[in-house]
Amino acid sequence: MMAECVEEEETSVYVTGCEAAARAVIIAKPSVVAAYPITPQTEIVEKLSLFIGEGRHDCQFIAVESEHSALSACIGAASCGARTFTATSSHGLLYMAEMLYWAAIARLPIVMANANRALASGWNIWADHIDSLSQRDAGWIQFYTSTVQEVYDTILIAFRVAENEGVMLPVMVNLDGFLLTHINQPLRLVDETLYQEEFLDEINVPHALNLDSPHTLGTLISPSDNYRVQHDRKLGMERAKDVIKEAERDFLRLFGREYHPVMEYRSDDAEVLLLGMGTLAKEAEDAVDMMRFRGIKAGLLRLRQIRPFPDDEIIDAISRSPAEKLVIIDRDYSPGSGGILSQEIKTRLYDAGIVKEIVNVIAGVGGQDVSAEDMMEMVELERGEHWWGI
Amino acid sequence: MSEIRFHSRGGEGGATAAKILGMAAFFDGKYSTSLSVYGAERRGAALISGTRISDTEIRRYSSIKSPDYVVILDPVLVEISDVTEGTNEDTIFLMNNGGECPLVLEDYILYSVDATSISLDLGLKVAGMPVLNTPMVGALARLGLVKQSSLKRAIRQIYADTRNIRASEMAYERVVKVQNRRSILEESEELEEEAYERLEEAV
Repeated sequence: MMAECVEEEETSVYVTGCEAAARAVIIAKPSVVAAYPITPQTEIVEKLSLFIGEGRHDCQFIAVESEHSALSACIGAASCGARTFTATSSHGLLYMAEMLYWAAIARLPIVMANANRALASGWNIWADHIDSLSQRDAGWIQFYTSTVQEVYDTILIAFRVAENEGVMLPVMVNLDGFLLTHINQPLRLVDETLYQEEFLDEINVPHALNLDSPHTLGTLISPSDNYRVQHDRKLGMERAKDVIKEAERDFLRLFGREYHPVMEYRSDDAEVLLLGMGTLAKEAEDAVDMMRFRGIKAGLLRLRQIRPFPDDEIIDAISRSPAEKLVIIDRDYSPGSGGILSQEIKTRLYDAGIVKEIVNVIAGVGGQDVSAEDMMEMVELERGEHWWGI
Repeated sequence: MSEIRFHSRGGEGGATAAKILGMAAFFDGKYSTSLSVYGAERRGAALISGTRISDTEIRRYSSIKSPDYVVILDPVLVEISDVTEGTNEDTIFLMNNGGECPLVLEDYILYSVDATSISLDLGLKVAGMPVLNTPMVGALARLGLVKQSSLKRAIRQIYADTRNIRASEMAYERVVKVQNRRSILEESEELEEEAYERLEEAV
């Protein structure tokens, strides 16, 4: 038969989270990729440099001398209207810190992958959300992913969200260090042409530097204007809420995979709810199933984004569930205050006038090995803060 | 779900063994994940890698606690690592050695293949060390974890050197069940059962 003679194009592959990220970036066709290749940097830029070197995508790859410069190079290119990408991790992200704010306030649609890792002292480099959560106020949209497939799909979605004219904000796609960056999982590829023609428009940065209409960006802003610029950034972030949902709906229609700001798992009739982000919250699905098998009505809410915070979705999901007890797992900690995700959720509950028994478990920080069986025990804990393993 | 734990030393290819096995299972049409427990270790340090294989999506990221299979790439690790941690009487061990049974594995189901000799005979070395992962996963295919055709496809995708395919085939042929206290006990139990059956028939 003729059909058998035609070599079938690869539609799924078995790759790491890093390779999935690099493959997604290539499809979105950025014209500038800048990165500083050093530990704790990941294989993402290594793969990108390989793909670009192989000629799979025509792009300016700038190997800079620090993470601060990596983001600065993206800021420069994006200011001229270019689609840009960079990747970093942990201390690299913190070294970018001042430029993170710069990129967001300048409303530049840069997309970045961040491998979530712990911070020193005591070099650790395992999974921990504190690196990106410590930068949550910079004005970047922040996604948290839970599978290799989700890393790939979310980067594809990120470019569209960042470049939406009403949003024009940088986007950080987070993936757990080692657990997602280095794990191999099956990955279904998208139809590249369909993505480029139906999902992602040509980039258009309205305030890009332009020789035909000369203007400057990022000069002195007096007190009479600065607050307006910061307020504009807030409006962009608010508009992002709907833009993200619309992009996720289109992604489902075109590519068949479903994402929401809050991923609900058996939560509708749950008597106790687990809440978390990243791979821990994926493994929590196993915990929920095992608890259900033992007659405990457990459910799960996995947050895919912390900025913009999905206020309506989280309150809606919690309100629909009869659960009185919320077990919030934080792979982060704010010393002197508490788990960051827990604080974020409590704020929304207060605003909505909802009172629940909140158990805050600090678990998985610095790569601590936490299993679904552990999560089944967390459900038994009482109100208040608990450090898993201590 | 099958959980396979690999014990190797940095540079021996344990992480890639886990990946090859996972990829072969993926080519078999299964869902699989593979991951190394990385650290600051360098060449020569004891390293653990794992593969999970299932018919449905695997949502686990925590370490393998009770492996169905334990694969030991370097026999010296039996002395310095806890290779039996979390195992039970059904756990199947596969070792790279000449068919001897280390004391700690006397009561386990144990298979052996001389992966080091296979690679040395083929001249298959990386940075001066014999490649151990491709023969070891070849032996795993014989134990029925993945199809041999899928395994060869996975090896081809990861290594350009076709001697790796040959190494996996040789290990597939040469893997043997090791005689130890467990196997002797099982054999004698079988013989006893047969004797009983014959006796019952006679009566």
